[in-house]
Amino acid sequence: MTGSEIPLSGLEHDALTELVNIGVSRAASSLRQMVGEQVILSVPSVQVVDRQMAATLIRQRETDQLIAVRQDFDGAFSGRALLIFPERNSLELVRAVAGDTLSCNEAREMEEEALAETGNIVLNGCLATMANLLRRPLTLSLPQVIRGDGRLLFELGEVPGGDGVVLFLYINFAISGRDIRGYIAMLMDLPSLESLNVLIREFISRITGAEEASDGA
Amino acid sequence: MPTVLIVDDSKLARIVVGKALAALRPDWLRLEAGNAQEALELLGSEAVHVAILDYNMPGQNGLALAGTIRERFPAMPIALATANVQDEVIAGARAVDASFVYKPINADSLRGFISGAALKLRDAEP
Repeated sequence: MTGSEIPLSGLEHDALTELVNIGVSRAASSLRQMVGEQVILSVPSVQVVDRQMAATLIRQRETDQLIAVRQDFDGAFSGRALLIFPERNSLELVRAVAGDTLSCNEAREMEEEALAETGNIVLNGCLATMANLLRRPLTLSLPQVIRGDGRLLFELGEVPGGDGVVLFLYINFAISGRDIRGYIAMLMDLPSLESLNVLIREFISRITGAEEASDGA
Repeated sequence: MPTVLIVDDSKLARIVVGKALAALRPDWLRLEAGNAQEALELLGSEAVHVAILDYNMPGQNGLALAGTIRERFPAMPIALATANVQDEVIAGARAVDASFVYKPINADSLRGFISGAALKLRDAEP
């Protein structure tokens, strides 16, 4: 199911993983300030798969109903970023952000707003850091809260050629001391991936110096 | 000459740290490891004076590795490299007497740690 031609060299794949890692680490630091507990991250996974496979990768881990905050980004490269977690974690996350004193009803009332704001801070933090490192601005859509299973999260919307191969990035996160865990996921379609590739190559030559990257001493 | 061990699962990140280091101290030697296991093997076989560790790595993370290194080398200058500035990570680094270096790394962000390490190594000389 994996795309046969993985359009990234070893070092480019490495650079992309590192970019995402830096972006998500910053985003986690912002989330930590919101929830007051440590946010634990996994090492990012970067894969080229078709859309169905991306949905399957999440569905294999999560049988529950999911809730996600989604933001589309557009610029030198475009795609969709999602903050995803099991729906049953949702109110716990709202309490973590807005305060434990909230009643169940109060938490439910502000659920959408609190989730959108949390998603906005996490996804913006991640994407803005990546854009800065690549030196290209990205325009971000407003955050939208969606519910459904993996398939719905990745196929929702007006993305043309919905069967195409996408670049799929995801990181697991968990909040220490609370029953909250989820994923930060990013999808990019292939034309975007090609432009991203150019930027990654620029990024590599900028940070390693113009000379050919060597293994060092 | 001091030898610096650079531990990062990203080859690119190791190249970047190596380049920053070469700009600051061109005569220092560099060793690289892609994970904690490799790092510990190198520490067993080579004389290492300074360690720069990535935080988020598969297997043992950089903070746990810093703890292991600190037990074996109480005076070694160690830096934890990450963009993850959460209080717990900073406190964890402090607890094992490791410095904090912000990613993305360049010669400027590494300068403070390397100057400190150079002073420490000089003081430790007989």
